[in-house]
Amino acid sequence: MGRLTWQLADVVDSVAETAHVKSLILSVSNWERHRSGQHVDVRLTAEDGYQAQRSYSIASAPEEPLLMLTVERLPDGEVSPYLVDELRPGDKLELRGPIGGYFTWTADDGGPLLLVAGGSGVVPLMAMIRHRAAIHTQVPTRLLFSSRTFDDIIYRQELERLPMGDGTLQVVHTLTRQQPEGWKGLRRRIDRQILEGVAWPAADTPLAFICGPTRMVESVATLLAGLGYDPARIKTERFGPTGGPS
Amino acid sequence: MNARFISRGFTGRRSAAADPSRLPPGQHVVPDFPVLSAGPTPHTPQEKWDFAVDGHVASPQRWTWEEFYNLPRESITVDIHCVTKWSKLDTRWEGISVDTLLETVEPLGAFLVAHCDGGYTTNLPLEDATGGKAWVAFRYDDEPLEPEHGGPARLLVPHLYFWKSAKWVRRLEIVDQDEPGFWETAGYHNRGNPWLEERYWGD
Repeated sequence: MGRLTWQLADVVDSVAETAHVKSLILSVSNWERHRSGQHVDVRLTAEDGYQAQRSYSIASAPEEPLLMLTVERLPDGEVSPYLVDELRPGDKLELRGPIGGYFTWTADDGGPLLLVAGGSGVVPLMAMIRHRAAIHTQVPTRLLFSSRTFDDIIYRQELERLPMGDGTLQVVHTLTRQQPEGWKGLRRRIDRQILEGVAWPAADTPLAFICGPTRMVESVATLLAGLGYDPARIKTERFGPTGGPS
Repeated sequence: MNARFISRGFTGRRSAAADPSRLPPGQHVVPDFPVLSAGPTPHTPQEKWDFAVDGHVASPQRWTWEEFYNLPRESITVDIHCVTKWSKLDTRWEGISVDTLLETVEPLGAFLVAHCDGGYTTNLPLEDATGGKAWVAFRYDDEPLEPEHGGPARLLVPHLYFWKSAKWVRRLEIVDQDEPGFWETAGYHNRGNPWLEERYWGD
């Protein structure tokens, strides 16, 4: 891998996923194909030369022609409000990547695959699910996805549609704050009982990816290790926007 | 190439609290202490915890928790810089200087590999770990270091990006040849000097 140089991507489209989350569809001319789970660094420059950098997970499959970043607007953020509220098609966005060689999955890594997401932590996991779909692999995969409310479920329609044509993909939602009337699904934070019901048995030597807020990631990783998962096959990332090592 | 590129409509919100001279390029100050690790947090009980310095040395050493905890300790107040762009200023630690740990072992190689519970490794040239530049820290902000932040003990190498400050460290292995560690073989820079913005391979 050579130097990761900064380049200008064209903003082709921007799609509201929820009230706080937007996907940016980017065209990047000189792009080394990423692996699902990787992220990019984004750099904003003000007129006086002031710059701010952040990392964002890639949401699109490596096979897709355009790059998708999905960004949650953080209430006191500096970069995410700009990306969600200000940036529009026709603008350019400076970025470099792809970055990260650990929290990644390709079909060759096998499974069964357990993906556990909290909120916008679903973004790098969605890239894995889309990669899976793009190459029509049958690696058995379960996504356990914790959102606050029904309307906060990122990629909701796509996550409804994908399992319909693919018996090897299952999606289980839990809504922790508020549930719509008639909601038959889970309605609490992910706990041991939920994992016992949803997670692959440890005997299947599953591969687990967990991404979300620190508390959730810590708790789920510890619970999975307690259920007999090999710690070396539990990969964690705290929040989509800040991937990578400390 | 992009020196003149301006992000339309971006004004930025400079960290008013921070002295810009303390902030390496591309970093911003955070008030909290984010937790980042690649896998589950290991929980090694103190009675099973020990610390070793070995490899290419004249006389390998091993300490129990009790012995280690009672070595001459130092208080350190430093700024830390994570490669994921956050920096935290004036963090307060207590621990044992790597200089103290190496005193009796007499290293014969020029590099070290830090080995941690959970299998994590990171590499340093000895000159980045000696001369008052690195510690094995077991207290943070006047409290025992919490497991999710690397407790019982973590390496503290504040002049490099924080992934070099390996959590849950148990062993320093002295080696003759540099051996890139966990993140260093996964796309991240081998040295990681934040002031040169050495984030990734090729930076």
